[in-house]
Amino acid sequence: MKSKETECSAKKKKEEVLKDLRGFGSNLYGQMENGKFPWVEMPSRSTENIFYSPDVRQYILGEKSVKRTARNIRHIKPFTQMVWAGFFASELVKNRKTSTLRDVYYSAQAYEMTFKDQPESNNILTDLETATGFAREDFNIFPEERSALFGDLTIEYTVPGYEGKQLNMTSHPDGVMIGPSVVSAEFAKTGCDKVIAIEKGGLFTRFIEERVHEKFNALIVLTAGQAPRATRHFLNRLNRELDLPVYIFTDGDPWGMHIAMVIISGSANAAHLRGLTTPDAKWGGVYATDIVDYKLPSDPLTDVDIKRLHELEKDPRYKGELWKREIKTFLKIKKKAEQEAFSRYGLTYIVDKYLPAKLEEMSD
Amino acid sequence: MVTFQEISPADFFYRNRDIVGFTNPSRAVFVSIRELVENSLDSADQLNVPPEVYVRLSEEDGVTSTTESSNGVYRLMIMDNGSGISARHIPSAFGQVLFGSNYKLKQARGTFGLGGTMAILYGQITTHKPVLIRSSTGGSKIYEFKLMIDIQRNRPIILDRKTRRNKENWRGTIVEYSLEGDYYRAMSKILEYLKQTALVTPYADIRFVDPKGRLYMFTRATTKMPPPPTETLAHPYGVDVETLQRLIRVTDCRNLLAFMRKHFHRVGQGTSLSFLDFAGFIRTPDPKRLKPEDAARLVETINKSKKFRNFFGSVSEEQIKGLLKKTKSQNMFDFMKSSFPNVDRTIIFRLLAAAGFVRTKNPKKLKPNEIVKLVRMMKQFTDFLPPDASCLSPLGEDLLKTGILKELEPEFIAVSQRKPSTYAGHPFIVETAIAYGGNIPKKDDIIVYRFANKIPLLYDEASDVSVRVIRSINWRRYKVTSGMPLAILVHLCSTKVPYKTVGKEFIADRPEVKSEILNGIREVARRLQMFLAKREHVAKEKRRLSVFSKYLPKIARFSTDLAGKSEEPDIELLLKSVMKYEEQGD
Repeated sequence: MKSKETECSAKKKKEEVLKDLRGFGSNLYGQMENGKFPWVEMPSRSTENIFYSPDVRQYILGEKSVKRTARNIRHIKPFTQMVWAGFFASELVKNRKTSTLRDVYYSAQAYEMTFKDQPESNNILTDLETATGFAREDFNIFPEERSALFGDLTIEYTVPGYEGKQLNMTSHPDGVMIGPSVVSAEFAKTGCDKVIAIEKGGLFTRFIEERVHEKFNALIVLTAGQAPRATRHFLNRLNRELDLPVYIFTDGDPWGMHIAMVIISGSANAAHLRGLTTPDAKWGGVYATDIVDYKLPSDPLTDVDIKRLHELEKDPRYKGELWKREIKTFLKIKKKAEQEAFSRYGLTYIVDKYLPAKLEEMSD
Repeated sequence: MVTFQEISPADFFYRNRDIVGFTNPSRAVFVSIRELVENSLDSADQLNVPPEVYVRLSEEDGVTSTTESSNGVYRLMIMDNGSGISARHIPSAFGQVLFGSNYKLKQARGTFGLGGTMAILYGQITTHKPVLIRSSTGGSKIYEFKLMIDIQRNRPIILDRKTRRNKENWRGTIVEYSLEGDYYRAMSKILEYLKQTALVTPYADIRFVDPKGRLYMFTRATTKMPPPPTETLAHPYGVDVETLQRLIRVTDCRNLLAFMRKHFHRVGQGTSLSFLDFAGFIRTPDPKRLKPEDAARLVETINKSKKFRNFFGSVSEEQIKGLLKKTKSQNMFDFMKSSFPNVDRTIIFRLLAAAGFVRTKNPKKLKPNEIVKLVRMMKQFTDFLPPDASCLSPLGEDLLKTGILKELEPEFIAVSQRKPSTYAGHPFIVETAIAYGGNIPKKDDIIVYRFANKIPLLYDEASDVSVRVIRSINWRRYKVTSGMPLAILVHLCSTKVPYKTVGKEFIADRPEVKSEILNGIREVARRLQMFLAKREHVAKEKRRLSVFSKYLPKIARFSTDLAGKSEEPDIELLLKSVMKYEEQGD
């Protein structure tokens, strides 16, 4: 397939990242050499500067920018932390090592750069993302892994020691963890024609057992609740590089609905980044209307659920016909149902009946 | 049947020793030392010699210092380098209650001539042993007396008397006697008393050997002494019937006009005249009975003085005689007032007095109700001049500072001497100081050192006016927080300290005194505030620099690495500019 080309793209990405970090350092270096306090300017991430863009189909940052300067006593510590984070990222990329957010928090102490707590160090990394325009995954910094995939996709590793090695994603019956090596791998070939993303691990295992990948010629991705950024980026690549349509199945409640939405349109927290969304992905349920149509066993909506639904009603990402209808239905029936609810019709009902119906509905 | 019997002052104090502070054995030791040390200091002060006081307290017998209750008999010896006492006064000075050198009105530590003799009296009561006095005024002889007090008759009994040759020209007084007491309970108060005395008398050398043989030295930090006070007369506002009667008894003035001038503070001819006029104690003769030479004297008096000519114009004898014939006035004052209606009352009285037409009573012939009236009028008359402060001997800002630095070694000190003021005819001066850090312990409350006429006040702090004033101040306004090492000193100097009790322990709430104390404390507190603010600023500045010097080098290092350079940029100038910015910011 596009192996050669994509391998180049991974290398290119690495060079781009390093070049950008070098530029970031040179800029500060030059300022200091000219006897100035170093400073950087970057887009503001305050809530009033986050807008939903219908064109890009995700949240983006507005025109407002903030200037961080080492001249300001309140800025100098986070400023130094950001410069250190840049330095640390460049070390990771150069040496082809990966790290986690937790790692970053501890590594800082080796440089006498203490972070008050984990959120502080996470926040500094977000600053670095905003200032450079790269996601932390580009700097080889990953969160704890919890999502996985299974299906006929062969990847070619780029991580040290595995360069050029290929692996088919059906090799392991439990699925393959979407970790740094999978995220940074090139796509060698695939026999799939669609991606099915599901929220829950139990159903992921059921789908593999029921050979959904064969029956529906699909790559199955487990998001394990709210999809990690690496997984969202991976779904984006599957959709963009391999032209695979993405279908998302979640629980039938406002929270499940939002898991799908974040994969499709992204979150406000990631407004400074691109490539994490899959705007053409589709949510396949469980819909509120499914609860009615399939007579699913259900629980009543709680006050928190209802409050959340009212919030979603006002959310610009929920402008679409489908979303509006489902929110309205949820509020009307005041019920919610989990994906496992289909088991009342037998363990295979969801694969035999529900899934084909849904896929047909969505491919229209 | 009820019997009445006169008791002597010695007998009175023997029966009521509680009111002068001899309430219990520990308090008795403290008060005895205090009274005698104060006499010694006063004595050297009066001579304008830097005092040297040596105090020795030793166990005589019966003291079991190992047990908790160390009640026993002690031998107390106090030696000073003061003026000494002439041989003929020694028996009375130490063997008669209410005999002392502090009669006149000027600031001194002792006021009643009571303390020293009371201490000796207490010793005699508790041990029945005589007191030994040795004294010399610096002449060729040293006099030595062994005395006891005849309590019922308030008379000294001389048991023995010796005269020695004063080969070394020694001058001073040594008092030595036995008393019952409890030193170990009094110890902390005695040491605190000596320390505070050394603080407020930085020109004195004080040494104390306690019953354990431990020597406490309070060495002088200077030989400079405050200017000695001058004696002054009583101010009319501060006079009561008893004082007036005593003055009348001793005066040789034949009329009230002269009496007022001679015996009262800042009362001259004019004030004396207008007061006696106000009080209704002036008479002038009937103009009808004036002899021709009297009229001539009046005219002469006017014409002789330029001042009187200005008021009355030049008058001739004929003119006056003409006016005298026609007048219906009953007395010379009314006659002059109707003849010269534009001239001020006081000027007319001045003229009449100068010409010898003013009659005032002989003070010795005043009837009791007239004496009472005179005193009452003194309080009502508003034109007396305020007393001046020359009779006071405040420590002065420099000496106060020296004393505090010597005893507390503070990091910061501010002192203030207020302008003289008066209450009820008594002049007073308030001195305040505030000290921070150094040897001052950190306490929740501000430590207060109270002094009156250079005497430390150690008891009943909560009732004292200074403490009330300090509590009323909102200290947060002065950046003072609880737990700071802070001491405030208040020194009140007056010819009459408004003590609330005979025991000289705390000062009463006199509004005039209170407001001076408040203003004095505020003044030094403002200076403390500036000091604390500056310190805070410097600390902030240091913190700033430390933040910048912590992070800038790191930024330089990481940027150098990121940029792929080998040499780090120079950030010294940037670090320097951090401080510069701050200075400009002021």
